[in-house]
Formats: sequence, structure tokens, C-alpha cells
Amino acid sequence: MKKKLISLMLAFAMALSLAACGSDSGSTSAPADSGDTADKSATDAAVFKLGGTGPLTGGAAIYGTAAKNGAQIAVDEINASDSTIKFELKYEDDTHDAEKAVNAYNALKDWGMQISLGSVTSKPCEATSAETYADRIFALTPSASSTATTEGKDNMFQMCFMDPNQGSASAQYIADKALGTKIAIIWKNDDVYSKGIHDTFVEKAAELNLAVVSDTTFADGNDTDFSVQLADAQTNGADLVFLPMYYQPASLIFAQANSMGYAPTWFGVDGMDGILTMEGFDSSLAEGVMLLTPFNADATDEKTAAFVAEYQNRFGEVPNQFAADAYDCVYAYKQALEAAGATPDMSAEELCDLMIEQFTSMTFDGLTGAGMTWDASGAVSKSPKGMVIENGGYVGLD
Amino acid sequence: MTMKLKKLSKTSRRNYLTYALVILAFVLLQILSGTGSISSSLKGMLVPICAYVVMAISLNLTVGVLGELSLGHAGFMSMGAFTGTAAAIALQNVIPIAPLRLAVAMAIGAAFAALAGFLIGIPVLRLKGDYLAIVTLAFGEIIKSIFNNLYVGMDSEGLHFSLLSDNTNLLDGGKLIIGGPMGIGGIQKISTFAAGFILVMLTLMIVFNLVNSRAGRAIMAVRDNRIAAESIGVNITKYKMMAFVTSAALAGAAGSLFAMNYSTIVANKFDFNTSILVLVFVVLGGLGNMLGSIVAAAALTILPEALRQFSDYRMLVYAIVLILVMLATNNPTLRSYLDRAKAAVTGKGRKKEAV
Amino acid sequence: MTFLNFLISGISLGSIYAIIALGYTMVYGIAKMLNFAHGDVIMVGAYICFFAISRFSLPPLVGILLAMLLCTVLGIVVERLAYKPLRSAPSLAVLITAIGVSYFLQNAALLLWSSSPKVFPNFFTVTQSPAPDGTAEQTVRTGIELFGGQLKISFVTIVTIATCIIIMLALTWFTGRTKMGKAMRACSEDKGAAQLMGINVDATISMTFAIGSGLAAIAGVLLCSAYPTLVPTTGSMPGIKAFTAAVFGGIGSIPGALLGGLLLGLIEILAKAYISTQLSDAVVFAVLIVVLLVKPAGLLGKQVREKV
Repeated sequence: MKKKLISLMLAFAMALSLAACGSDSGSTSAPADSGDTADKSATDAAVFKLGGTGPLTGGAAIYGTAAKNGAQIAVDEINASDSTIKFELKYEDDTHDAEKAVNAYNALKDWGMQISLGSVTSKPCEATSAETYADRIFALTPSASSTATTEGKDNMFQMCFMDPNQGSASAQYIADKALGTKIAIIWKNDDVYSKGIHDTFVEKAAELNLAVVSDTTFADGNDTDFSVQLADAQTNGADLVFLPMYYQPASLIFAQANSMGYAPTWFGVDGMDGILTMEGFDSSLAEGVMLLTPFNADATDEKTAAFVAEYQNRFGEVPNQFAADAYDCVYAYKQALEAAGATPDMSAEELCDLMIEQFTSMTFDGLTGAGMTWDASGAVSKSPKGMVIENGGYVGLD
Repeated sequence: MTMKLKKLSKTSRRNYLTYALVILAFVLLQILSGTGSISSSLKGMLVPICAYVVMAISLNLTVGVLGELSLGHAGFMSMGAFTGTAAAIALQNVIPIAPLRLAVAMAIGAAFAALAGFLIGIPVLRLKGDYLAIVTLAFGEIIKSIFNNLYVGMDSEGLHFSLLSDNTNLLDGGKLIIGGPMGIGGIQKISTFAAGFILVMLTLMIVFNLVNSRAGRAIMAVRDNRIAAESIGVNITKYKMMAFVTSAALAGAAGSLFAMNYSTIVANKFDFNTSILVLVFVVLGGLGNMLGSIVAAAALTILPEALRQFSDYRMLVYAIVLILVMLATNNPTLRSYLDRAKAAVTGKGRKKEAV
Repeated sequence: MTFLNFLISGISLGSIYAIIALGYTMVYGIAKMLNFAHGDVIMVGAYICFFAISRFSLPPLVGILLAMLLCTVLGIVVERLAYKPLRSAPSLAVLITAIGVSYFLQNAALLLWSSSPKVFPNFFTVTQSPAPDGTAEQTVRTGIELFGGQLKISFVTIVTIATCIIIMLALTWFTGRTKMGKAMRACSEDKGAAQLMGINVDATISMTFAIGSGLAAIAGVLLCSAYPTLVPTTGSMPGIKAFTAAVFGGIGSIPGALLGGLLLGLIEILAKAYISTQLSDAVVFAVLIVVLLVKPAGLLGKQVREKV
């Protein structure tokens, strides 16, 4: 009897939620139509519907939130300007999960998304890029950097470097500048980003005769204690430790190495950017850390300074590279849409063809690099900047 | 018709009702999606809902019918997802017909999960209560850890396996199927709602037939009073194992279905949180209540999507709804109130039936 | 010497697991409920202490006490709203509610304190004054060094282990000697009989949650002092590990939690060092399984004989 009651209740709950789904799609299908069919659009404000998914909750929330905020600033700036291109931005939460990302993508499709910002993190973006490819919606991801994201998809583009590029560029940089002779790598074994960089780094290092003396990992769930990994690097005499990871575990590594009295040269990748913005972080721990990153929140150029000020003003934090990449994505779209003479009444498919044409031919200057170009595979070509942390700030290496 | 229905036992009536509702839901959704009147959002969730429904029913077999708490059910899903998908990729040229390939893949996924269930069952089923639960959790984590470090490649010489790092040394033209932490990428999305529906129906048939058989009664006897069951000669280990392996196999099939609905799959997807999620479906739907599991799995899969309008507060609202529903269905005061309300409703319902 | 260093890392990690496990085991032993929200109370405690110290510049001790106080209040509120109405419900229903509470706390923390990581200050330090002759600068020491600096034990580890032992002794004394503690044990044995003996079962269980949450706050502060990044999901993984540790030692047993935690930490570090960093989690769980097969009620758990 009780069980029956429970199921009854649940049936009711589901009916409710289904109804909610239904009404959702009902209310959003109208604008969706206006995007698809040219004749209706005149009644609507002429805006491009720009959507993206990213982790806004859960352990990876910081990356999704940063991208969302960065894109929002760009959209607001553009909408406030006299530009003829106007955007409406919508970010949906994917909790850093491929399944939820596809759900989020479908929700955006119901909303009437015309051009996409893909997904913020790599694995979810691999899943949504298969969908955008099938639906012929153009996507430009700010930060999903794995090769599989763009592989075999003509309408998927990246604003960030691809992981393999970062790995080989880092190895090349270390070899060129003779930063270290014995190299240790600590990487995250259940993370596509970390794994991708690690693999190409090791490959390139072998080519350049760099000795990798220690190669250790960590994973979700045992990412607090790094004493073993550091001891392994230390006993093998590594004088440079390469850290292809995000800054949160890296901050723990610096603290633990410091208490061990181990002070090699640290070399990070773009995920390291943001370490100085952590509230309460003792920046002396990161003194001398080198990293290759396209974005530097301390840069003094006008564009970056204005962006950083605006971001701090609105969100109370210093923007990281995710925010900058997303900001650039929106401006890249603006430039491409203007050049193509696109109008908001075009369907997603028409826009897709125009964007493919534009992105493979245009040159874009943004916060994360000047003179960026894209090849047909969707990979961006921009040069990473070598940075070193000195006195709690970034200093560019030549 | 009414007479005939009444002749059937209460359980079989319930079971037929479950089949009927599942078929009805399927037909309804097919018609709706045929006419294009459901959102892409709901459409995209149909296959995962089927997979979660099968997960919930199979876990209900362990938790509700066998009476043992399992916290590692996602491990079997993972087993099925990886082996099934790898099989589908390996057989891509051998079996060109997608639905057939999907069926074979699901069968392979189920078989591997059953094997895992059997191997894990040997130690696990000797334990009791929370200790059993923690060991299932441990196995779930071990399976995750292994798939995070497993590399499987295929070339003209067949399949190659390696652990920890990619030592498959594939020949030219070879393909890395499982790439450790990269999981499986570039999966052909061959799972369909129809396949999911068939799997749900099959699962229901298997579970109902098991529960209503001699074996099922033995399993429930073990649950209700192990010592009494043992004393009348019920082979406890055998029946526990039967339920556990069946449950694992079904979870494996669900895993294959789930994985082949996405272009990519990673081991971390099938972690402790997924096991817990499925457990939530089961408890919310009612222990031993398969219809309840189906409804709960569907409702709780849709709920976070339906809450998207709350944007930032979405998961917070989800948590509150979850707590409130648990309170509403289990609190004696609230329940007695609802019971009375329901009695009034069903009283009317009966009158109608009589007319 | 490397081995000794690993041993010390293992003990320091294990002591953190142990202190979380103590809270788990306490609540489980008495309320017979797996409180999956325990890890998230830890996170809340750490955040409170963080804000008290770095935003309001309160002394660390005040921060810890404030965290304990607020977590105790939180524990009581959560218990009153979410668990108490389910007192007569099956234990699985309460388990699911606890999961709901865990989601709630994580997402509330995300909204309140944002997802960007905070770095927890390490206040277990000793400042060495500069030598008067100028030969040594002022240094901040975070631990003691043995054998000419080859072996280092951080103060956090020492404090954590000391706290663990104090809490363990206090809890043992409390449950064994005081009236309230005896009432708790009575409830854990048989709620119905306890009620007949005039024990207020509801109040006793609420008290258990209050104590458990207070302990969680201490655990949170120590966890974040040892591994100083703080995000809304900080508590969840250590929570699960500590739960494993509690079962390992025999859930419900207070010394068992300490032993289980220490062993789990040691096994994790040694597995990383001598087997593989990639498979260390698998090794930890495999050891757990083997131990439970040999001792089905954990290392120090009571093997309850079933009455026929």
C-alpha cells in the first residue's frame, strides 16, 4: 500500500516535471522558430543567440564560471556599443560530465541557439561537438583543448592551444633555454587535458634528448598528498619539474615541496594561470615558476587592463585564462559575423557555413594573442608566451 | 476483462500494470517525437533514462529483493560500457547492421559484467550489512581505477592489452580503442530509444520471472530471515549469487546502452556518485517496487533538466526537492495524511470500476 | 630514510582520515546511520574558520571555536529538519536524505563562497626570532627536523595526532562514564528498550549529531591546514575515504576509527611509493577487501553473534 503510494507520488512528481519540460520547450520554441525561419525574425529584436555549456556546479565549477563571466562581459560590451551585431548569451551547466553536457546542449537547442561556444572542458566538449557536428551548428570552444574535440569535425574550432601543442612547445622551450637536464613530470592520471600534454611532452622530450627521470601521477580522490611524487622526483635528482595540470593541485605541490625543502625549477602550462589569484595563496611559494600561457592578467596593454578591471569590478576576482579565452571567442564571433555580413535571421546551418569560411580565412587579435589564425582542422595558431612568476606577478620571458 | 484481471494474483496484476505502463509511455513518446512535439532536451534524455531505469531495476533486485546494500553498482555499468563499446568498435566491420551490433555489444557487456559480478560476489556475499556495502564500494572504485589505466588497441593481429601506460605497439592502421584516462572516443552513436525500450522490457521480464519463481521466493526468504531460510535447506550462497549476478549483468547491458548514446565515455563517469544516484532511484521508488524504480529513475533524470530555469540555484533546488520527497514519503505524520487523501481518491476510483 | 619519510607522510595523511572517521563512527555507532553529509560539514567548518581568520583577522583559536560552534548549530538544525522526521523510517531512507543534505551543503557553499579555491592559512607554525648577532634571519618553521633535516615532521601532523588521541580518549570517557554517554550506548544497543528505561532517545540522537558536527569542524580545520586548498567539494572525497577508514577499523568502534584512519593513510602512501602512483587507490581498496574477508567486522569491530 505504502509502496503504491510512493510510486503514485512519484508519478505525480514526474508528471509535474514533464509538464515543466513541456512548458519550457513551449515558451522557447517561438524564438527558436524565429531563428530558423527568416520571415518571423523581424518581430524579434535582432540578436544572435549564442550558447555554451560548462561546469557551473561541482568540482570544476571554477572553469565554467570563469568562461561564462568572461563571455558575458564581452557580450555586454558589444551590446552597449554601436555595433550592428548584438548577442544574447546563455550558458548551461554541464557539471563537467559528457552526459549532462549533451543535456545542456539540447536545452540550448530548444532555446534556439544559433552559434555555440561548445563546452568549457575537454571531455564534455568531445560529446557536444559530435552533436554540433550532426546538427550543423558552428562551435568555437574557449578552452576544450583535447585533439578529439576537433578531430573530424569541420565546424568545431578552438580558441585555446591544443594539448599536444602545449606539450611539445613546453619541451621545446625547456630544451632551447636549457632550463633543466633531468626532468620530472607529475600529472593527473584521470584527466584528458593532463594526459594529452603529458604524452606529447614525453614524446618531444625523447626527441630533444631531455631526460625524464621521474614520471608520477595523481587522480581525483588522492589529489591532496604529493609527498611520494615529490620524493620520487627529488631522489632521482630532477632539477626541473613539469606540471601539466590546473593550478589547484599545483598550489598544494608547491606548498609540500617547500616544506620538504625541495626547490627545483617548476614549469607549468596554461592551466597554471590563476594560481596567483587564489585567495590566501602565499605567492612566494610560486616564486620562479615558469609557465607557457597565452594570457596574463597583469599585462599592461589597454585591452587586458580594461578587461581585468571590469571583471574584478563585476565578479570580485581576477580573471583567469578561461575568462579571457571566452571573452576572445565572443569578439572573434563578432568579427567573423561582421565580415560575413551575417544577420540574426539566418539559420544555424547557414551561419555554420559562413563561419567555417570566415574562421579559416580571418586573422584575429584578442586578449590571448595577436594575429591568431585557424586552420581547417579547427586548431588555432597563436604563440604561447613564456612567463615567470617574480615577486608575486608575471614577468614575460623573451 | 475485469473478472479475468481479478483472478490473477495481486503481484501478477501489478506486473502486468508495469508492462502496460512502460509500453504506453514508449508508444506515447514515439508518437510525440514522431510529430515533433517534444523538446530536443527530452528527446536527448530518452536513452539515458532507459539506461538508468534498467540500472534502477537491477539494483532493486540486489537492494530490494535480496536485501543487501550495494554502493558499487556503477562499477558493473562501467564494465558493460567499456567491454560493450569496445566490442562494438571491434566488430564494426564484421557486423555492419547497427541494431544487431548494438544487441551483440549489450550481450557482451552483460556477460562481462556478470563475470565481474560473479568474481566480486564470491567475497562480497560472505559479508553482511554495511560491511558488504563498503566492499561493493571498494570494488566499484577498483573497477574505475583499472579502466582509468587500461589500454586496449586493435590492429590486423587482433586485440592488444596493456596496463598503466600505452604499450600496445599497434601496427600501422591499428586503432587504440580504450585509451586509459581518455576512455573511449569517437563512439558511433548506435543506441536508440527503441533499443532502450526493448532492454527495459527484457529487464522487467527477467526480474519479474526471477522474483516470482521458486528461486525468487528463496531469495526473499534469505532476505527476510537468513537463519530460518538456511534451516529449511535453502542454499543461501547460491540464491544470493543468482540475484547478484543477474543484477550485475543487467547493469552491464545498461552500461553498454548508455555508452553508445554518447560519442565519448570515461571511467570517471561511473564513480561512487553514479552508484549513489542509482541507489537514490531505488530507495525513492520503494524497495522491491519495480514500477517505483522506473518512475523514480525517469523523474530524477528529468528533474535536474527541468530545473534549468533556476540557473545558478538549480542543484540547490534539486537537493531540496530530494530531501522533501524523502521526508514526504517516509515521515509518519505526513504519510498518514497522504494515506487518508489517497483512500478518498481510490475509494472513488473503485466505485468507477464497479460501474 | 626515504622509507621513514614515507611513513611520516602516511601517518600525517592517516591522522587526517582518522579524525574525520572519528566523527563518522560516532554518529554511526549511535544513530546507526551513514551520515554522508559529514564530509560537507567538514567543508563548512573549514570555510568558517578560513573567513574568521583571513577576513575578520580573528586569532586562529577563536576561528576554530567559532567553526565548532557554528557547525554544531548546523548539525543540530540539519538533524532537526532532515533526519528527525525520519526517525522511524528505514535506514536507507535516512541515507538518501543525508545524500540530499550533502548536495545541499555543497551547492549552498558554491553559491555563498564561489568556486574559486581559497588557500587555508597554516597557523601551526613557530616563528624563530632572528639571532641577535645577525647570523640567522627570522624564520617561520612549520615542523621539526630530525637527523639533520633528513626527516621532517610538520606541526600539523603532530597536532592532528595529538587531537585524534585526545578526542578518542574523550569520546571513550564520555560514552563510558557519563550519563549522557551511557544513554547513547543504550540507544545504540536497543532504542526501544532505552526508551522504556526512560531515556529520551530523540534528544540523545540529536546530541550525537551535535557532537559529531563539532568534531567535523575540528577535522575541517586540520584537513585544510595540512592540505591547504579549500573548495566547496573539499570534504567529499576525504569523507568517503574516512568512511572507508571507519569501516576498516570496525565501524562504531572509537579506537577502530583511529587505527583504521592511520592504516588507510599509510597504505595509500606506501602503495604510491612502492607499487604505483596510478593504482594506489585500487591497492587501498583491495587491502580493505582482504581485511574485511578475514575480519568481517573490521579490525576492532565487535563480531555480534546472531541469536537464533
